[in-house]
This record gives sequence, structure tokens and C-alpha cells, in this order.
Amino acid sequence: MAGIAMKYRSVFDIIGPVMIGPSSSHTAGAARIGRMARRLFGRVPHKAQIEFCGSFAKTYQGHGTDVAIVGGLMGFDTHDPRIKDALKISEDIGLAISITTVDLPEEHPNTAWIRLEDEAGAMRVKGISVGGGKIAMLEADEFQMNLSGDAWTAFVFHKDQFGLIASVASVLADRRINIARMEMSRKAKGQEALLIIETDEEISASAGSQIAGIADVAHVRILPPL
Amino acid sequence: MQFSTIEELVQLAEAQGQAIADIMIEEEALATGVPKEKIISKMFQHLDTMEKAVQRGLTEEIRSRSGLTGGDARKLEGYLRQGSTLSGQRVLQAVSRAIATNEVNAAMGTIVATPTAGASGVIPGCLFGLAGELGVDRDVMVRFLFTSGAIGYVIANRSFISGAAGGCQAEVGSASAMAAGAIVEMAGGTPRQSAHAVAIALKNTLGLVCDPVAGLVEVPCVMRNAMGASNAIVSADLALAGIESIIPADEVIGAMYRVGQAMPGTLKETALGGLAATPTGERHRQRLFGSSHERAEEKGGIQDE
Repeated sequence: MAGIAMKYRSVFDIIGPVMIGPSSSHTAGAARIGRMARRLFGRVPHKAQIEFCGSFAKTYQGHGTDVAIVGGLMGFDTHDPRIKDALKISEDIGLAISITTVDLPEEHPNTAWIRLEDEAGAMRVKGISVGGGKIAMLEADEFQMNLSGDAWTAFVFHKDQFGLIASVASVLADRRINIARMEMSRKAKGQEALLIIETDEEISASAGSQIAGIADVAHVRILPPL
Repeated sequence: MQFSTIEELVQLAEAQGQAIADIMIEEEALATGVPKEKIISKMFQHLDTMEKAVQRGLTEEIRSRSGLTGGDARKLEGYLRQGSTLSGQRVLQAVSRAIATNEVNAAMGTIVATPTAGASGVIPGCLFGLAGELGVDRDVMVRFLFTSGAIGYVIANRSFISGAAGGCQAEVGSASAMAAGAIVEMAGGTPRQSAHAVAIALKNTLGLVCDPVAGLVEVPCVMRNAMGASNAIVSADLALAGIESIIPADEVIGAMYRVGQAMPGTLKETALGGLAATPTGERHRQRLFGSSHERAEEKGGIQDE
């Protein structure tokens, strides 16, 4: 192991994923970005505005990146055969899609910006496809993140205050849930903040409500691995 | 995992008197905490998915969305049935199954990325092309996938497996090396011989450019999967004959990494060089996507990772 970071950790990162072709980064990755966006939004949106940048913008039609990302927005997995008909299905369920391309050379070459909306609200997220079907979500509603979706994840929206991380961590520790990775993002000191915790074990709904009960926590969302 | 090089993998197998497949299953269980039975049963499912893709490609009318590819696996099967071929039954059966899988991939069918979607034909092609001939059962076929995976795990972590990162040597080349090592094991060779097959197969693909016409994973990818499968079988035969690679597998993997880094961006899945930049390649791009005035700006090269 000396000196190199192992990017791929499982035999199934190499033999897998099972997916709808033709491109693990343009199709499977896009489906996972869409799926993650919908999960972050928390409900089926009525409207989705998708902006493709870089290689996504240049080749999305041929690679089916458009249908894959829309399939993902409807919750389809990388291997769901409905992906092929995703644009038609989205029409049928009343999900309005717009797809545009933008030239943002500073972005990763496989970047998608997605704005999701329904009558209760809107959210704008940014995801990138990093190869072999692996993705990272980099932003949601101006909160910065670097989220792979590979683990159980808790999103703790709160007011930026001292001691909050310790309180959340102790709830998890009491339940023997090991924290694998943690990141923190805030809009300004003392303002709205987001704590993202990835864990090795499942985070139960009751752990989620206990965390939600902590003072200064606005709300909590728990997501299983993608 | 207790191995990060091919040499460590071979030494583990030799020290424990086990096949590479066994080492991979044990290491996966240790690294992920998932019980062995569950790991093995997931691989059985992957095997089923691969088999379905092969069957579709050999029996159905496959056509990609762009219309550039489809139907060649069936054409080759017809040619094979005539009984008179130059490469022989075993090689061409593997090749036709590799093409079948990759045609299904290009047509947005269901495949298993091995290690990527663009190179998804090589490993199932070799596996399903040879399994019947060698008379192996499904347990052995699943073990083939674990052995391929162990080799791919080393290559992916020490070099790269995507065409955008390292050219087609990283994609079809890696798949070819993974298959070569696994074929040796399936045919009764030693872990050391598998390592030589990996080295030989990978050496033969160094510098291979990733130049998808119109940016699509179809041309030349489908045919390169065919080439990758035949390269894997020949490399496995060389190793089984006792031929050794003068350059050890890990050094070849290191060489592949440096070659990939030295390759210009135009040759790494940007559709700006190689076959993509030929007059015919350019014509297909224009037919499918129209002209693009932004192309000149991209000459620096887009990279995936």
C-alpha cells in the first residue's frame, strides 16, 4: 500500500456497475448524479432545468447522458431499463425538463448543474462524473460538499454554533455508528450551516430524529447509499 | 486489501497455495466486511447479466442510437458456422461475444462495466467464448471474474482504467490484461503464469489511443473489444507455454501510466484526434451533432479525471 491512495476499493468497482450503456462516465455517472439530486431535493420535482458543461455538453445526445440524468431524477438506478425511455416517462408523470449546454471552462469536464422545483420550493445542485460510474456532488443550494453517495449519509442543517458537531457525534457514538467522513459548510459565521456525515453503519430513522431534536438543528435528512 | 501490486498478489497466492480468485474473495470480505457468500452471490448476478448481454448481441437485431454500430456479432457468428476460419473456433467465439456485448452497450442495453462500459466486451467475450470449450461450470466462471477483478484492482489503483484518463490502453488494454490473467487461471496455469499473461497483454496495447468517432463509445470501440479479446487469449497461451515477459507486470503497468500521461489530450476520449479526426469521422460527427464552432478551443484536451 505504500504511498498510494487506493481510489478503487472493491472488486465490484472493477467488475461493475451493472448499467445501461454506452458510457460508464457519461451514462451511468449521469444517472447517479440525477438520482442523488432528487434525493437531496427529497421529493419528485415538477420541473428540472439541467445544464451540461464540458464533455457532457458536447456528447450528451450520443451518450444518452440526457435520458440517463432524467432517469436518475425519477429515481432509476444505473441498470434500470426504463432509462432509455426516461424523457417519455417524465412527460407522462408531468415532470417538465429543460436541457441546455453552457460553456464553463473552469468546471470539471463532466459537470451537470440541476435546478429542481415544485410548489414547495427549489434547489440547485452541481454534480460531476469522475469515471467508471463514480460521481461527486459538489454543491447544493450554495453549500459546498464532496459527496460520493457511496455510504449512509446524514445531512444536518443547523445554525452555526459551537458544540453542535460534538452533540451530533455523540448521538452516533452512543448507537455505535462509526463516522467514516465528515464535512462542514456554512453560508457565514453564525448563520445557516450544513454538516454532512458519512458512516460505515446504517443510520436509523430514530438516530435521525434524535439528531433533529438537538438545539439549533433545523432539520435532518438521512440517505442510504446510492 | 493486502495487495496493491501484481507481485504482491502472486506472492499471496503462492504463499497460501491458493488461486488468485480465492485471494480476491477473501480480501474483498476483509476490506468491506461483507460475508463471502454475499460477495460470491453478487458476482453470480453479474455473470447472469453478462450472459444476457451476450445472448442479446448474438440473437437480436441490435442497432445503436447513432446507427453507427450493430449486427456485426451476428455476422461473425454466421461466418463461424461456415466452419472455415483463419483464427479458429475458440478465438472467434470469444471475439463474437466481445462484439455482441459491446454492440449491446452502444445500443443502451444492460451490461456490466468491466472495467468500464467502453471495454465491457473483452472479459465476457473471453469468458463465454472459452467456458464451453473448456467445459467449466458456473462456479469456475464466477472465479474468472474475481481473478479479472483482482488484476483490474491493481491496474486501476496504480495506473488508470478510463480512456479519458489514459487512452484506450487504459480501457481495452486493462480489460485485455485482466482477461489474459484470468484465462490462464481458468485453463489451469499458475498465478505466476497469470502475471506474465497480464504483462504480455498490456505490453501489446501500450500507446493505444482513445479516439471515439463523434465522441461515441462505438467506433472504434466495438472492434477494439474484439481485438482485446483475441489479444487476451493469445497472451494467455504464450504464458501457458512457459513464455515469460521480460518486463514484469507491475513495471508494464507503471509504463502504461507514464505513456498515458505523455499522450496528448486529443488522443484521450475527446474525439479530437485519431480516427475521430479523419474526414469520415468528422463527417459522422457533423451528421449526428452538426457543426461546432467551439472545437478549436478544446485543442488543449478534455480529461475525465
